[in-house]
Amino acid sequence: MGPNLWANFGEAVSMILFCIGFANLLLHKNLIKKIIGLNIMDSSIYLFLALKGYINGHTVPIVVDGVQSVDAYINPIPSGLVLTGIVVSVSVTALMLSLTIRLYRRYQTLDLDEISKRLKKEGL
Amino acid sequence: MDFICNFPFFSIMISMFSGIVSSVLGRKAAKWLNLISIWVIWFLSAVLLYYIFGTGEIIVYKMGHFPAPWGNEIRAGLLEAGLALFFCSIMLLSMTGGRKKLMGEVVEEKHNLYYILVDLMLASLLALIYTNDLFTAYVFVEINTISACGLIMIRQNGRTIEAAVRYMIMSLLGSGLLLMGICMLYDITGHLLMSNIRDAVSSIYSAGTYPVPLTVTIILLTCGLAMKSALFPFHTWVADAYGYSTVSSAAILSSLVSKGYIILLIKIIYRVIGFEVYRASHIIDVVFVFGLAGMIMGSLSAIRENDIRRMIAYSSVAQIGYIYMGIGLGTRYAMIASIFHILSHAATKSMLFIGAIGLTDVSKGSRHFAELTGSGYRHRIAGITFAVGSLSMVGIPLFSGFISKLLFAQAAVLNTRKMLPALIVLAISTILNAIYFMKTVIRIYTPTEEEGETITMKQEKVYALTCICFIGLNIFIGMCSQPIVDWIGAGIDMFA
Amino acid sequence: MKKLTNKLLDWLNAEDQSVFDDAMELKMQEPKEEKEETVQQRMRDRLHIKDEVYSEGESKEVKVLRIIYRILAIILCGFIAYNLLIAVSWLPRTGEFDKPVNNEVSARYIEKGLQETGAVNIVTGMILDYRAFDTFGESNVLNIATITVLILLRRNKKKLPNEIEEKENDRLLEPKNDVILQKAATFLVPAIFLFGIYVILNGHLSPGGGFSGGAIIGAGLILYVSAFGFEKTEKFFTEKTQKVISLSALLFYCLAKSYSFFTGANELESHIPLGKAGAILSSGLILPLNICVGLVVAVTMYTFYCMFRKGEF
Repeated sequence: MGPNLWANFGEAVSMILFCIGFANLLLHKNLIKKIIGLNIMDSSIYLFLALKGYINGHTVPIVVDGVQSVDAYINPIPSGLVLTGIVVSVSVTALMLSLTIRLYRRYQTLDLDEISKRLKKEGL
Repeated sequence: MDFICNFPFFSIMISMFSGIVSSVLGRKAAKWLNLISIWVIWFLSAVLLYYIFGTGEIIVYKMGHFPAPWGNEIRAGLLEAGLALFFCSIMLLSMTGGRKKLMGEVVEEKHNLYYILVDLMLASLLALIYTNDLFTAYVFVEINTISACGLIMIRQNGRTIEAAVRYMIMSLLGSGLLLMGICMLYDITGHLLMSNIRDAVSSIYSAGTYPVPLTVTIILLTCGLAMKSALFPFHTWVADAYGYSTVSSAAILSSLVSKGYIILLIKIIYRVIGFEVYRASHIIDVVFVFGLAGMIMGSLSAIRENDIRRMIAYSSVAQIGYIYMGIGLGTRYAMIASIFHILSHAATKSMLFIGAIGLTDVSKGSRHFAELTGSGYRHRIAGITFAVGSLSMVGIPLFSGFISKLLFAQAAVLNTRKMLPALIVLAISTILNAIYFMKTVIRIYTPTEEEGETITMKQEKVYALTCICFIGLNIFIGMCSQPIVDWIGAGIDMFA
Repeated sequence: MKKLTNKLLDWLNAEDQSVFDDAMELKMQEPKEEKEETVQQRMRDRLHIKDEVYSEGESKEVKVLRIIYRILAIILCGFIAYNLLIAVSWLPRTGEFDKPVNNEVSARYIEKGLQETGAVNIVTGMILDYRAFDTFGESNVLNIATITVLILLRRNKKKLPNEIEEKENDRLLEPKNDVILQKAATFLVPAIFLFGIYVILNGHLSPGGGFSGGAIIGAGLILYVSAFGFEKTEKFFTEKTQKVISLSALLFYCLAKSYSFFTGANELESHIPLGKAGAILSSGLILPLNICVGLVVAVTMYTFYCMFRKGEF
């Protein structure tokens, strides 16, 4: 272990969250739970990214009273990237959910393995 | 700055624009807009390629009023322009070849949505090729993923939707890892622009400041992109996705989408991490091993398959394995072989899909081998296309596959440590390829007494023309290999 | 040996493969003269066999395999977590100023962002002016997500509505005239819309912008439709509205940004005034772009809701 684990505890939490999401993806059969797992993973990455821009004692990057000094504001880049990432994750979640709706309408189950079995049985 | 330097930007924006406009157009208008925009981009890329050949200089184009580390930037060298040209050609041929099938398989009022997906797919591929910014690459990777998912499930039966779900899960995992890698890289270098990251990485590497995060970053980036491009252990969605989607989609997915990610990976290796740093990390050996495993396992799965489209799908798992094997060899020559194989495989695989669809059309729509007997006689041009594709895949001289196998073998010989496994697996994989492709070719040319419907060239002129173009392209790549190899080499040198 | 040759022949003839699948043979039998009943019996048997083969069953092996899979999955996750934690422990310390991330790039955004983009909110200035290409890609992600959702869930118009669909039709199930909800919505919806518009219009001056404001307006629309039903919303929001709004917003975005990219790269002067910093009408293209993004996001959110709920607007 390196020297900065305690100082980076926020990042450490985000990594653990990432793995919780991943475990969700692996262990659950239910598609909705898998999607929740994916969302946890995404959110953990955004937490990680947001922490990268934080600087102790600095404030949000909105110019106040004409102060334009690096010592006043946090790094604006990660905030912008997180914004982009969140939009992507919203779109992807909507797509996954609509796929799930279609599968459920047809097979009346949310279990992906069960659906595969049915497909084999149909022998399409 | 010459006006031609605007062309990369124009090609991205034209396809984006046509994607946006198509949403209000009807089926026919969307189709024509799609066709015209691909042709225009093809033309622009060709001019650009010619121009860069002439000047020998890289075009760096800033997107907006601010120079590079602050604003976005795109960058076009020889390889980028050539790849754009090539991808446009394949896209065009795949679309024309599968157009008739599309009519039958997709609900008519959703046709214009299909063309939107294709336009945006092309835009994202072009952006992946041209971009010089890692985060832009991430955004366009996502566009690429979503449009690929759309292409899979536009033909709506249970199989494709299930395949789309599997594809999405796998590739979202991949993009999660990719984004995590980008974040870590950003944290230790402080940049998102590829050139600046590489400078920072080489200074970090020589100073030895962040060895562990750097290694983990390389693992994350490689793993994420390998997942998205269906390298062997992550290939479970391939068979259903390529096997049951409409044929244009299958051709585009197998020959362009997965290749787009590999191109991005190669760009990352050269332009972000730096080839020396990447080679010094041991991830390259892991990539090599998985490439070898993919070559064998993909072919084995293909042999077991009894359905022609699924067989082709599994064969592309094996071919992706070849490409990763080349990357894993870790020399410049092997990288050239890999990029050559990207071209050759893209040309051949789309051709096989287009050929196979003609064969199944004359076999009562069945894709099972038992029904395909003699279909090569009933639909001659499709039979010839499929046979040429198979010969190329097996590696018969004159066709493109032979050259890429030759290049791989030469590259393997140059690397003493990995020579033996690479050559052995290459030989085994070639034999396996021959087994299942020759079996198919023999079957489609076995005379049968059963009378099926026959289709002549005159009945499907567009299809026949597409097939002829595919055959010509394949033989062109196979015959003019030396200029192409020189071009790839020059392009790789321009990466530096 | 003979068995092996037979298998090879089977494989060459593309018989249903018993060669590699260690499953049972499910070969079609020769068409013999049979009675109707026996045929039916056989078909039933075949189905039954398939059920047996593919049913999960309570066999011990499956259970053991499943447990092994779970254990392996957990070990894998733990392993990944451990490695990532090691990587984190070597990363630069969070919250300190002296690390690679705080370099000349972010310094220019902070120090010159106001003069160069005219946006008081530096993040907005960054995503809509400095790195506008990313954000353009991002709006296209939303657009393409809408399209895929439409492909999946939009009902076929031409199909005649049969009885089953009529029963499923959401309009019969939706709560009508729920007084509490409607009264609350009468208060809340205008306020939410106003707030959303405020957030969008002040995107370059205060926290917020197109994405957050658009999401707020989308939430307002969803609340409205939940309270008053689709009959009300159909009057102002149909499929055509969705198409027109997203088309015009994205088209404007595409053209405006193309203009700005083109002039920027060719060192031409862009004739877009930046205005006085801090005013609503300032910061060049950022305000119109924020409005476009806001419209796209609001429409997209509402479209998602409608599609998920009943497959049409």
